Amino acid sequence: MKHFARRLKVQDDINTDYVISGRYKFKIQDPKELAMHIFEDVDPGFASRVKKGDILASGENFGCGSSREQAPLALKQAGFQAIAAKSFARIFYRNAFNIGLLLVECNTDFIDDGDELELDIERGKLKNKSKGLILDIKPIAPVIKKLLEDGGAIEHFKKYGGFKFDKT
Amino acid sequence: MGKTIAEKILSNHAGKDLRAGDIAICDVDFCFGQDGTSAIIIDSFKKLGMKNVFDKSKFYMIIDHSAPSPNIGTSEIHKKMREFAKTFDVGLYDIGCGVCHQLIPQKGHITCGDLVIGADSHTCTYGAINVFSTGVGSTDLAITLASGKNWFKVPETIKVVVNGKLPKGVYSKDMILHIIKDIGANGATYKAIEFYGDAISSLSVDGRFTITNMAVEMGAKIGVMTADKKVLKWVQERSSKEPKPVAPDIDARYVAVKNYDVSNLSPQVAKPHTVDNVADVEELKSVKIDQAYLGTCTNGRFEDLEIAANILKGNSIHPDVKFVIAPASKEIYLEAIKKSLIEIFIKSGATVVGPGCGPCVGTHNGVLADGEVAISTANRNFKGRMGNPNAFIYLASPATVAASAINGEMTDPRIYKKRLS
Repeated sequence: MKHFARRLKVQDDINTDYVISGRYKFKIQDPKELAMHIFEDVDPGFASRVKKGDILASGENFGCGSSREQAPLALKQAGFQAIAAKSFARIFYRNAFNIGLLLVECNTDFIDDGDELELDIERGKLKNKSKGLILDIKPIAPVIKKLLEDGGAIEHFKKYGGFKFDKT
Repeated sequence: MGKTIAEKILSNHAGKDLRAGDIAICDVDFCFGQDGTSAIIIDSFKKLGMKNVFDKSKFYMIIDHSAPSPNIGTSEIHKKMREFAKTFDVGLYDIGCGVCHQLIPQKGHITCGDLVIGADSHTCTYGAINVFSTGVGSTDLAITLASGKNWFKVPETIKVVVNGKLPKGVYSKDMILHIIKDIGANGATYKAIEFYGDAISSLSVDGRFTITNMAVEMGAKIGVMTADKKVLKWVQERSSKEPKPVAPDIDARYVAVKNYDVSNLSPQVAKPHTVDNVADVEELKSVKIDQAYLGTCTNGRFEDLEIAANILKGNSIHPDVKFVIAPASKEIYLEAIKKSLIEIFIKSGATVVGPGCGPCVGTHNGVLADGEVAISTANRNFKGRMGNPNAFIYLASPATVAASAINGEMTDPRIYKKRLS
């Protein structure tokens, strides 16, 4: 499967209210319905451009603001394979991995909307095939990696009956 | 090398010696969810297949974000929460009780030295009473609800020292906005902030909550203060739990030390659409406002209502302004009735609504129209926050909000010199 980059009109400090507005997330429980409204306030029409397997490329402090998990859930439901950003806010970072959404921290300056991308988590690389660039990904902590491998925090917890990390 | 408050509290709860950067599984003393996050907590908890919660006395749900419910979708979520509370015999603060971050410390659920998580980003508020408290998502909360534990990465700590005597008409809200302007919305991401200085110790506990409440607006995991006599008295009057105050070691390691002097600080205002976009109120004098809002987990406490009432007494709000006021809890509301503050508000033309978060998160009780400008005592001014992406939100202290409501434009509260504390 090929993966293509999606970029928003706004780059830095994308908060969880921008991901999915309070107009929807307080009353809608169905992630499919939420996914239709992502980024509506900052980039109307964006949701309809997202295709399954896309990678969102953003700037600094992605996911700041509220702790509401509706934000990563709606992004996962929208079809994103991963979110790439220069940095992520703390609560969003945990929430995304907890529900099995991959986040990668790297320099996103050289990724344009529509670029073909390829992720190699094992080697810690994000390839921009359209531009012939290889970008380094900040290493993902083993604990986080473990949760992701198990399919999220719930699956991990069920599998082991608690947290099971090799080294804590 | 000594330890910071974060390193000590997490070590105490992991049963082993931890340093910044370590990851450990810790026992959690208290956890909660609100009506914006509890539906997913309940779903996740059910997915875990648990028959019981880890400890019925250490979990609460609070219906505050849309209370009472403005629509069917929200009503269904509230119903789900009430049913879960009954089935699992856990505590619920239903509509009318108040905002989670006021209720949890006020009702004595937590004490100094505790480790607390909440499915709400402003859970960092309780740092003012020497608690390691941080916001998490619903799945993390569900896991703690099932096991009493979660994993934590021990944060590095920034030391913030605030000295100087605050001028009249300038408050803890102005202090924290000034600090956020300097540190930035991303300046403390993943980190703990410890607050010190005579400007902090001279504040009431209510005033200190305003500061730690906004630590997350710099990306911080916690904002924490030491427990002085004021804190211990405040906590012991409310909680039967034994306080376990935690202070840092004298040789604790900080990644940065920031010093501020607030002796000449002006009232501060955060401009749309980011919290670190801060200016002195004098620079914004000509900005007309359509709505004012006093309340929230940042500034809906009794002291805040009193500051506003002193300015409003005998004055009328501007005919073009809608002024919405929401006390942060039922107890604060009752106290405000007893001290005739509510009478002052209503006579001035303000609308007092029930305790809750509504206007701040744009769910109801004051959604803005296109192009409208609001001045609010809340902690976030993101585009769309008050329900409309085409509106503009400014953040300020209760005094600046009250003064602006009277004049219909951004107003320096120091013009009401004789009414200021």
